[in-house]
Amino acid sequence: MYSKGLKPLSIATVVAMAAWLAMVFFYAPLDADQGFVQKIFYVHVPLAIVALCGFVAGGIFGVLHLRKRDRTHDFRSYVAIHMSIIFGTVVLITGSIWARASWGHWWVWDEPVLVSFLVVFLLYCVYYPLRFSIEDPDRQARYSSVFAIAAGAFVPINFAAVRMAEKFTHPRVLSQTGGSMPGEMRLTFLVGIVAVTLLFITLWKFELTSKNASVQLKRLRRRLEATA
Amino acid sequence: MIGTARAILRKDLTIELRTKESVPAMTLFTVVVFVLFHFGLDRDALDGDLASGVLWVTLLLAAVIGVSRLFATEREQGGLDGLLLAPVDRTALWLAKAAAMFLYLTALELVAVPTFALLLLAPDLLPALPLLVVTLLLANVGLAAIGALVSALAVETRARELIVPLLLLPLVVPLLIAAASVTAPLLRGSQDPEDLGRWLGLLSLYDVVFVLIALAVFDFLLDD
Amino acid sequence: MPALPLDEAGKYVAGAYVVFFTLVVLYVSIMASKIARIDRELTELVELAERDEQPEKEPVA
Repeated sequence: MYSKGLKPLSIATVVAMAAWLAMVFFYAPLDADQGFVQKIFYVHVPLAIVALCGFVAGGIFGVLHLRKRDRTHDFRSYVAIHMSIIFGTVVLITGSIWARASWGHWWVWDEPVLVSFLVVFLLYCVYYPLRFSIEDPDRQARYSSVFAIAAGAFVPINFAAVRMAEKFTHPRVLSQTGGSMPGEMRLTFLVGIVAVTLLFITLWKFELTSKNASVQLKRLRRRLEATA
Repeated sequence: MIGTARAILRKDLTIELRTKESVPAMTLFTVVVFVLFHFGLDRDALDGDLASGVLWVTLLLAAVIGVSRLFATEREQGGLDGLLLAPVDRTALWLAKAAAMFLYLTALELVAVPTFALLLLAPDLLPALPLLVVTLLLANVGLAAIGALVSALAVETRARELIVPLLLLPLVVPLLIAAASVTAPLLRGSQDPEDLGRWLGLLSLYDVVFVLIALAVFDFLLDD
Repeated sequence: MPALPLDEAGKYVAGAYVVFFTLVVLYVSIMASKIARIDRELTELVELAERDEQPEKEPVA
């Protein structure tokens, strides 16, 4: 059920990622200000955008779960948040590497995307202890959905707030790259977003299928051991 | 629903006035933290950004204490089941708790802000007071709304004392950013006009969004 | 800060992409071990199910 369309999806992901990498290193021009280091953006930023969308999607599935009382939506929400946390770790690490290469420090507070991402990441890390400290499965699902919704709404507000708070004296490196990108860079960037989105969805489905299979096996085992 | 909320609120306030558990603790904590900052920063007087940051972070930490204790009576004396069995809108409970939190915070700030001015603030507080009061009240609304929601989320978990700060503090970061940004120029002593409108706007937006979210989802909590 | 020379910058860029790919490969290997476990359990359960069938067949036969 969860694995529907997984094969064509995986193939599409591979193709997109190959195209994206080829474009990053062979097609996109070298940035005048930052040189080769700018190439990190093509992996860091799409990952960040997709991770944030994953969090928001977790919130949307939370809404569906509460409205339709269908636990599969909560399951989808949980896995989406789980995948976004994993992607988020890579965002923070690549962001740190980029900060080190650009500014000489392993972390900078001037970059609104990075800072607001850190806050969101820390918030969602609390999802696990919250979820697993509630024992009743029905309540666990419901409370997790409530959290997913509140946190999902929080993501855009937080992003806006941190962006507003950024002092105008520091150049916004990401927006410089984002706002006035030459065509080739923008295309590479878009392909990157498509590739990472496909990757996210594919891995999300993998995770859903695998977890679901484990749960079904457990049920089957319980059934068989009871009648044995 | 308003009637139920008012009844619950009255009960909570009566208990608070009698046992004096939340507000005095929050106030004492705030004053202690101000003293800590004096020693930690090794400064006699603060102004501008630093003063604003110290004030707001301290208020937020005190709010965590208040939020942790919001559902304490229900938890400890089992009043929750009684409330849930009654045929009332769960949202009344949220409204009552949020209102209580708002009042606790306001009471706290009535003492904490003058204390802060006394202990740590360099410039004169009075000219900044009207806008500061507006900011404090707006922030209290947001903190109360989120606090009541987080407190309910954590009421059933085993690791309550850990979950509440971990959930509450990241969620109030935008509120902190907006409130501190408004307060910083107010505490600077110079009278440069600054564009505080957009920060107050962000603060209000935050309040509206989270009140709406709390109203929408609270019914799904405490469902047994 | 001026742009880093190509060889120095290359290390950072390579580092970033390596982190990304390490994660993907790590995820795939974790998934592989999960599938292996599922396969094992499934085999066990099939055995369990078939073992149950045997004693039932006896009286009929």
